[in-house]
Amino acid sequence: MSRIGVFVCHCGENIARMVDVTRVAEETAKLPGVAVSVDYRYMCSDPGQNMIKEAIREHKLDGVVVAACSPQMHEPTFRAAVVEGGLNPYLCEMANIREHCSWVHTDKELATQKAIDLVRIMVEKVGKNQELFPIKVPVTKRALVIGGGIAGIQAALDIASGGHEVVLVEREPSIGGNMARLSETFPTLDCSQCILTPRMVEVDRDPRITLYTYAEVEEVGGFVGNFKVKIRQKAKSVIADLCNGCGDCWNKCPQKKIPSEFDAGLGYRTAIYVPFPQAVPNTPVIDRERCTKFLKDKCGICEKVCTLNAIDYTMEDEIIEVEVGAIVVATGYDLFSVGKDQPNEQWTGYGEYNYDAYPDVIDGIQFERLLSASGPTQGEIRRPSDGKEPKSVVFIACVGSRDPEKGLEYCSKICCMYIAKHAMLYKHKVHDGQPYVFYMDIRAGGKNYEEFVRRAIEEDGVLYIRGRVSKIYKDGEQLVVVGADTLSDSQVQVRADLVVLATAIVPHRDAYELAQKIGFGCGSQGFFSEAHPKLRPVETNTAGIYLAGACQAPKDIPDAVAQAGAAASKVQLLFSSDELEREPIIASVNEATCVHCRNCIRVCPYSAITDKEIKDKKGNLIKMVAEVNEGLCLGCGACVAACPSKSIQLAGFNDEQVFAEITALGSG
Amino acid sequence: MRFTIESQQLESDLVKRVEEMIEQSPSICYQCGKCSAGCPVHYLMDIPPNVVIRLLQLGQIDRVLESRTIWVCSSCSTCSTRCPKEFKIAECMDALRELALATGKDTPSEKDIKLFHQVFMSNMRMFGKVHEASIAGVYKLKSRHFFADVGAGIKMFLKGKIKLFPHRIKGVKEIRAMFEAAGYGRKEKEEPSTEDKEQEKLI
Repeated sequence: MSRIGVFVCHCGENIARMVDVTRVAEETAKLPGVAVSVDYRYMCSDPGQNMIKEAIREHKLDGVVVAACSPQMHEPTFRAAVVEGGLNPYLCEMANIREHCSWVHTDKELATQKAIDLVRIMVEKVGKNQELFPIKVPVTKRALVIGGGIAGIQAALDIASGGHEVVLVEREPSIGGNMARLSETFPTLDCSQCILTPRMVEVDRDPRITLYTYAEVEEVGGFVGNFKVKIRQKAKSVIADLCNGCGDCWNKCPQKKIPSEFDAGLGYRTAIYVPFPQAVPNTPVIDRERCTKFLKDKCGICEKVCTLNAIDYTMEDEIIEVEVGAIVVATGYDLFSVGKDQPNEQWTGYGEYNYDAYPDVIDGIQFERLLSASGPTQGEIRRPSDGKEPKSVVFIACVGSRDPEKGLEYCSKICCMYIAKHAMLYKHKVHDGQPYVFYMDIRAGGKNYEEFVRRAIEEDGVLYIRGRVSKIYKDGEQLVVVGADTLSDSQVQVRADLVVLATAIVPHRDAYELAQKIGFGCGSQGFFSEAHPKLRPVETNTAGIYLAGACQAPKDIPDAVAQAGAAASKVQLLFSSDELEREPIIASVNEATCVHCRNCIRVCPYSAITDKEIKDKKGNLIKMVAEVNEGLCLGCGACVAACPSKSIQLAGFNDEQVFAEITALGSG
Repeated sequence: MRFTIESQQLESDLVKRVEEMIEQSPSICYQCGKCSAGCPVHYLMDIPPNVVIRLLQLGQIDRVLESRTIWVCSSCSTCSTRCPKEFKIAECMDALRELALATGKDTPSEKDIKLFHQVFMSNMRMFGKVHEASIAGVYKLKSRHFFADVGAGIKMFLKGKIKLFPHRIKGVKEIRAMFEAAGYGRKEKEEPSTEDKEQEKLI
């Protein structure tokens, strides 16, 4: 006969208000196998926990049931208390009489009866519980960082500073991300490149960081501490070890009219190119879709001018395999497309703003490039159509953002601030110009942010007009912006030389695909899901995978850097021990009865089950069975339900335990 | 309302005049609405006080000068006292009234208010303090509202609130000097105000 202790919690009034806790304790004390049953105001408090520890010793308990809140909240607390009392933690179970009972019922008598039932079920289960011990897995102390924007750079540098190896993978030919494209940063007006490029150089120089640019993550297998990653190094057609970045090749390349991605289409690049002068690494790549050599097998000038013989037209994509213990995903953001071409079929563009039709309607990143000293106009404000200096510029906020009809409900967070910055910088460059801002709300929550916006309005004379813009049409050389000012209850028109649309921040086009590839969650808009919005903001639901920067939600630079630092510290925490302890709640296969139907392999969401050959001593195959990888299994139980021959059991939830629970409910 | 915002309007001379008079720019107002929330005569206004400031921000000063609001404002200064940005709204209203008179853009519908202001001021200049009976008399003659509020007047008279004869204070000269210093001296006016003459005649 087992000796089980039942501990009923009042949770202040949370439970006691709707459940007669004293009666629950009295009734459950009568159950067979229950040695002691008590109730207390707060079981999670120190005295409450001590009560459990003392009872274990005094009554020589071999099982504990705590009837309190959800195990999501306090199971770790009570299991730790049970360990201190001298029991295996898995001999402690919780009956949830708060979320599943007192909070959702209105009849005290019935709720009390239900609470007694819930406790009885757990008493029966605990009687069948077995001692379980954590599973230990080794940790590879090397991290993979996906994305070389400011978040990825920060995470890589921080992890490397902790003394660990880092593999940094960037899709573009250079690291730097969107921050490298910005002119100046709010609210201090620091030059973006000036503060970013030293960090980029640091990445390049740090011997612990292996940098793969023009590369993509192809496949991720394994589990926390033991990921196996395949990286596709796209063919750069330039041998990095030989190239010294002299620039002869891109200066001589005859293909000079390719719209530059880095300049958001406002400038041009060549077919062999580095995206911007401070690129890291400073090795060019050949854009094979635009290069005459690859398209028509002509030209070949770059090869001729390269004195170091670094050009290799025969180079092929390469697959690099690395083993890492943790992954930081920092894939950043894209801008919502205002035009007709939409990456997501739920989204629609803004035809009424004529972005596609009028060259002088541009988006925020294009204006950044116009402002940037390294941009296509060397920092002079020139409008794209005729190169004239615009004397009146209209900035439009919330283009895409906060517009459910266009497919995006959320606030992109950074636009209010960068519009204020844009308008301010414009006024600093064009003294006799007038900036206008159409906005719905000004969201300037951040250190010195509100002050910055007020400075734009009060000192630089930016006119803020509160309302959305209905349409933009052309009148002569100017654009007429028709909008509303809800503050004066008016319909207003502004004649503009240039219109800048603050388009919404959206996840990277391939974000969803990457999340699928690696195996972690993605929200409805495609931003990566954190494990808990408040308490685990940089972790994903998959152990060992962390998030940094705007891939999780729209973020400004300070937030992205802070999150990257947090993710890096989580990685270092993981790397602080040689072995990881994992919950022993995992599935195991009874090889004697397994018929290798492979149902379990098909249903496992974590790819934790594989085929296993059983051979005799001579090496002859006897049979095939399924095998569970202890590192990957998260104990969801899908395989248990799918197994037709009952050959898979989940530790802590085996058939005997579950049937005991069901029987207990039936006997009530 | 529907209008086009022009950069010239934003820098209009009239708005600049207001800025000079109150030594503040309307751009500091962030449209929280606290002025309108506390205004005791808001219900009589055609444009709420915060919208008056908003229209100045948008360069639409003509609309403001033609409004009823600037005349309805009783200069109680509840708005200025409570404004979180310390914008001098009541002073701004005052400046707008002056500009309205100077530019002749004042609204015809509020003639009586304007008239009352003028009668009040000339009465002040004459006696150095207000004499209710003569104000009422001149106002009624000029506005031709002979029988309005007569009941209240009689009640006030019976309670001794209205003196029949005016009392001139000792420092009338100083008071007049103040008027002149503020640019409202009789000398500076192109035509000596007819109200003054009439008022003197009446008394």
